[in-house]
Amino acid sequence: MIEVENLTKHYGPRRAINNLTFQVAQGEVVGFLGPNGAGKSTTMNILSCILPASSGTVRIQGYDTFEHSLEIRKMIGYLPETPPLYPDMSVRDYLMFAARVRGMTGKRTGNAVEKVIGSCSLTDVSHRIIGRLSKGYQQRVGLAQAMVHDPDILILDEPTIGLDPIQIIEIRKLIQELAASHTIILSSHILPEITQICQRVIIINEGEIAAVDSLEGLTASLRKSERLSLTVRNEAKQVEEKLNSLEQVLSVLPGEKNQFLLECELNSNLQDEIARLALENQWGLVELKPLSLTLEDIFLKLTIEEKDVQA
Amino acid sequence: MRSAWIIAKRDLGSFFNSPIFYVVTTVFLIIYSFIFFNILNFFSFQSFQAGQLQAMGINLNLNEMVIEPSLQNMSVILLMIIPIITMRSFADEKKMKTFRLLLSSPVHLREIILGKFLACMIVVAVMILISSYSVGFLFLLGEPEPGPVITGYLGVLLMAGCFVSVGIFASSLTDNQIIAAVLTFGFSLFMWVIGWGAQAAGSTTGQVLQYISIVDHLERFLKGLVNTSDLVYYLSFILFNLFLCHRVLDSNRWR
Repeated sequence: MIEVENLTKHYGPRRAINNLTFQVAQGEVVGFLGPNGAGKSTTMNILSCILPASSGTVRIQGYDTFEHSLEIRKMIGYLPETPPLYPDMSVRDYLMFAARVRGMTGKRTGNAVEKVIGSCSLTDVSHRIIGRLSKGYQQRVGLAQAMVHDPDILILDEPTIGLDPIQIIEIRKLIQELAASHTIILSSHILPEITQICQRVIIINEGEIAAVDSLEGLTASLRKSERLSLTVRNEAKQVEEKLNSLEQVLSVLPGEKNQFLLECELNSNLQDEIARLALENQWGLVELKPLSLTLEDIFLKLTIEEKDVQA
Repeated sequence: MRSAWIIAKRDLGSFFNSPIFYVVTTVFLIIYSFIFFNILNFFSFQSFQAGQLQAMGINLNLNEMVIEPSLQNMSVILLMIIPIITMRSFADEKKMKTFRLLLSSPVHLREIILGKFLACMIVVAVMILISSYSVGFLFLLGEPEPGPVITGYLGVLLMAGCFVSVGIFASSLTDNQIIAAVLTFGFSLFMWVIGWGAQAAGSTTGQVLQYISIVDHLERFLKGLVNTSDLVYYLSFILFNLFLCHRVLDSNRWR
């Protein structure tokens, strides 16, 4: 359980985050989303006891980050934006060091390192020098370093940045596996990633929380209209006209290849009506489907709308 | 303490894996050996002369005439070489962003600092140990007194400890290794020459300056004297620098 209350951090005169309040339950996977410089990394640094907050409190499993930081650091695995890798060490030596410095002793260390080398698919490179590995492998070593001591909570700052699509899928899978037994907070630029991995999203913009909700909740709350996509076979100029004549249709946007994007009123259930029109007028119905708001839309809406207001 | 040792071991591994250590040690040994054999040569020339002239009352002493000046010269070389050993300590961790691994681990800041200090001290001790072949050589040829040799090496180690502590502190101030090295060298050298101002400064201030000077305390060790005030000076010098380093790293987090 992570409880963050009124968290504020100043860097000199600049305020990086302002009054953040949120909770993360045991076993939950939460995504931090926000543009560059929004305060995601700062928040993560405070959660992992690297930076002290200017004001506000963070309690993790009942411990305060300020007073019992050593206890918290034992429970946390942290992957910063730049993985903290010593380029002159071999992968195995480095992970042994990470495990030991996090308090593991004796035979457990070796076993834990072997386990994490296996789960992060590092077996082939375990004897190689980290500085000579590709970015993808380095990122995986960084992830391995965060979980080698089997922490309850994983804090991952952009874990898939700089990886190629296949590597991204692999890391994503790994995180999904970890999600079963860990509380995970991760930040990302890649929006579909958050959709796939996280149960809940915290959108941060300019140091403040713009929204905290589940994905469905966010989509629902932001939806002021429903969208439908209609594709027909026959080129019919009257399609647009007829669609526009429907009362609940707010706007019609002709797309490519006889595709139309319709913006309709909420809960209007226009599919029946449109299908009937298509049949009657022999448009040759190919496809008619509702479009849901993607996270990308939500993100843009939240961060840009706010800017508009300020401007 | 355990964590300090873990961190020290990692740093040592990194020292012995990098060419810096070998280059520095080689340079150190070449210069030191050159100086040592020159001193030894001068000594044998003098003893030859003394034998020929059968001069009475000239006390030719291996300790005083060879070991003492050799160790004194060694401390000068260490002054120049230790900044290169210590410059990486924190500067590199900060630059490579690896410091976050240590900061997010359940380790006290003082253990990290102690680990860094230990690692550098062990490297310096290894260098001094290799160079002690010279004194071993003297024990084979002649009969130097072992007492002053032991205290002399203790003094050199303590003085090296002072340089290392300055270096660790300087390294915590920046993420640039060159700046760390220059600061270390500058401050160490200043602490070395500060005693030179003693004569001009008048009696009380002069005595203070003399006491502050890092090199003044070494002389008694080289003569075989272990003085409490010298021990206290060196140990407090080291602790004070490590304390400053702790302050700097701690306050960095608040900025």
